[in-house]
Amino acid sequence: MSKYTTIVCENGTVAVDDTLLVKGVCATAGSRMLEGFKPLFSAEAVTRLEQAGYTVKGKTAVGEFGLDLVGEFSYEAPQEGTLHGAAAAAVAEGDVRLALGVDMNGAPRRAAALEGIDFLKPTYGTVSRYGVISCAASGEQVGVYAKDAQGVAEAMAIIAGHDDKDGTSLPEASYTYDVDRPVAGMKVAVVKNLLDAADDAAKAKTEAYVQALRAAGVTVEEITVDAFAVANTAWQILMTAETCNNVSRYDGVKFGHRAANYKNIDELYVNSRTEGFNFLTKAVILYGSDVLSKNRYKDCYDKSLRVRRVISETMAKLFETYDALVMPACSKMSYESYDIHDAFKTVFDESVFTAVPNLIGTPALVSGGVQLTAKMYAESTLLSLAHAVEKEGK
Amino acid sequence: MKYELVIGLETHVELSTESKIFCSCGGHAAADEPNDCVCPACCGMPGMLPVMNKRVVELAVTAGLMLNCHINRYTTFDKKNYYYPDLPCAYQITQLNHPICTDGLVPVKTSEGTREIRIKQIHMEEDAGKLVHEGNHSYVDFNRTSVPLIEIVTQPDFRSAEEVVTYLAKLRSMFRSGGISECQEGAMRCDVNISVRPEGSEEFGVRTEIKNMSSFDAIERAIRYEAQRHMDALEFELEELVQETRRFDEVSGKTFAMRNKETEADYRYFPDANLMPIIIDDEWLEQIKANKPVAVDEKAEDYRAAGIAEKDIATLLSNHKIAKLLDDTVALGCDEKTAASWILTDCAGILRKDGKTFDDLAITPEKLATVIKLVEEGKINRGAGKKVLIAVVENDVDPIAFCKEQGLDRQVDASAIEAVIDRVIAENPRAIEDFKNGKVKAAQALFGACMRELKGAGDPAVIKSLLDAKLAEQ
Ligand SMILES: [Zn+2]
Repeated sequence: MSKYTTIVCENGTVAVDDTLLVKGVCATAGSRMLEGFKPLFSAEAVTRLEQAGYTVKGKTAVGEFGLDLVGEFSYEAPQEGTLHGAAAAAVAEGDVRLALGVDMNGAPRRAAALEGIDFLKPTYGTVSRYGVISCAASGEQVGVYAKDAQGVAEAMAIIAGHDDKDGTSLPEASYTYDVDRPVAGMKVAVVKNLLDAADDAAKAKTEAYVQALRAAGVTVEEITVDAFAVANTAWQILMTAETCNNVSRYDGVKFGHRAANYKNIDELYVNSRTEGFNFLTKAVILYGSDVLSKNRYKDCYDKSLRVRRVISETMAKLFETYDALVMPACSKMSYESYDIHDAFKTVFDESVFTAVPNLIGTPALVSGGVQLTAKMYAESTLLSLAHAVEKEGK
Repeated sequence: MKYELVIGLETHVELSTESKIFCSCGGHAAADEPNDCVCPACCGMPGMLPVMNKRVVELAVTAGLMLNCHINRYTTFDKKNYYYPDLPCAYQITQLNHPICTDGLVPVKTSEGTREIRIKQIHMEEDAGKLVHEGNHSYVDFNRTSVPLIEIVTQPDFRSAEEVVTYLAKLRSMFRSGGISECQEGAMRCDVNISVRPEGSEEFGVRTEIKNMSSFDAIERAIRYEAQRHMDALEFELEELVQETRRFDEVSGKTFAMRNKETEADYRYFPDANLMPIIIDDEWLEQIKANKPVAVDEKAEDYRAAGIAEKDIATLLSNHKIAKLLDDTVALGCDEKTAASWILTDCAGILRKDGKTFDDLAITPEKLATVIKLVEEGKINRGAGKKVLIAVVENDVDPIAFCKEQGLDRQVDASAIEAVIDRVIAENPRAIEDFKNGKVKAAQALFGACMRELKGAGDPAVIKSLLDAKLAEQ
């Protein structure tokens, strides 16, 4: 597989997913629709890393608008056989010290789990979304891929903090990310129903991780949280609706792909978009358009907003008892390429592991092939737990 | 059959801000070239996020205060989806669920009287760009994209085109003087919802909407045409009215139905997750109220509505003491325009004669109101009223006591006046002769003599008509 869509600097220290902008470097978010689009500015997270001395090595391939499992349906870098996330592979193989990605529907978390590296989806509003090729504004966050929790923490300390250019950015000027808070005595819970939904390999990863946590003095209990399934449905409704709306600007009029043949404005729109988007994006657009339609809004979109509030409260309650939840990030530890016509349902089903943090804005950390989540702003808890396990493994 | 017009308005007003609503582009009105005034945000490039221009909120709240609206402390933005090349994101950011202002009231004064127009809501939104068609090609100009607008939606409370135009003129004048909007050509655009029903009916007729008109003249003509079309349809039953959107053609003066496609769209509104809800706390609201230039401007609008001349409005606005005297006098039951005339013409004259200014004016509103009422109720004539006013201004006398003293308040009945007229006619045979020979001036001289005899008592109009009748008998 080709990891990079563009190499910016061979000696660069950071890879940037193609859903984030780097000034003057073509960005397509994996879509033919954005063919030839050259941004006029860099994403805030990229700028902050550059100011801290990092240099961009290149843009890493993503699946069209980050909608697929790990990047298999990229216009520029389609994959065959065993699937990998490009940025996760770049970090795993040591091309770069770290990479930036956008977690909109779990793709970077799944990719990190498959490669055995770390990825943090931070608390919503802590990292600026300025310069993200945005799809689902209410739940996407810029996150960091790194070899370990220490690397994630270092990068987060640089990129997190308020940005005037993003109206959803929280007011805090900066945040602290600790990896060495004492974990002995912390209490975490394994989500049994998600464990049961995973295959033996994924289950074994989680179980091994639980052993390591216990060894570090963490109390581990087992719970069942029914809310995950409904949370996933709600997030898929919100995510597809917002994506449908946000990609509607790609119409062939201003930039990106324009069909060669059209007789009027309607044909220009229809032909450009028919040629420009892949089947998965089209399915997302149709689904999102449907849930926003007058007849369905109340029962779909509006209900999902209500579910979001209920799940927030449910999870907040759980986090009064547990410092973190432990669960798989995906149903298996290896994906094989598949037919794009099955993609919508495949991704929908797989997102049951990842949807809650997107839906309610809580942080989620993938490390050692498993996923840890905690309450809002509790990144240091997650990083310290992961760091404790990583130390033991070394 | 008599019909009643029922009209509701949606008015878009471009706000006078230095920059656009969600980006820092500014000065689109002065831009010479298409797309001079655009940035990645307002032309829809990915990666840019809308950032709320606080000034827009403040101007919208100020407009809401001017129109006596409830200011919603929690207000949010929604996205309205539709494809058009002048709309770069293929959605417009507007307010559907939590508009910034609701439930206002605007009194509109016309020749028919005053009607209170209820304001349903005011919401903030962004404008779209413009298409320029040349030959076979169309070009897009995004200069106007994301320029801030407020949309003011009324209840269907208007009953005539005159009321609509008066309301719009009032908005324009208030917004200009209040710094809300320049309201220049095209910066105030109207959609008119119109229906017609038999007079006395409580039910609404079939409603049509005439879109996007900006000149008052066009709005008035469009309403008149459309109302007639509705009435003819009801009366002759040759055309069936359907609820639809129409456009007004200024050349032919007619309205035409627009394509259904443009009217039946499902805009798939939903909340904009990029913009956090805006919370207007007490402190901010008080600050907006304090900065509101409207104390003065609303007054100007009131004075204008009362029919006071611009020159006098300027005097009233520049002299708080005089404005207060007028307000207090009106509060005592006097007509505003009449009271203004007594202050700005009569009092001013007396002061000028004595080499004084308004600063020296010491009359109380009670005494002024008493003088005005004596005249308005016909107890003394205006000439006598002036005499009383002079005495009040110069010596602060009690107006009623002064009238009694001077014999000005005599209730003079017609027979007393006739007796005086008879005496004057008898004493002036020469004038009668001149009058018979067609000298109009002679009649005036006789009228003057009667007035002198009556010493200011009696209504001059009555005296004149009685005198004319007597002269006709000669
Ligand atoms: Zn702009």
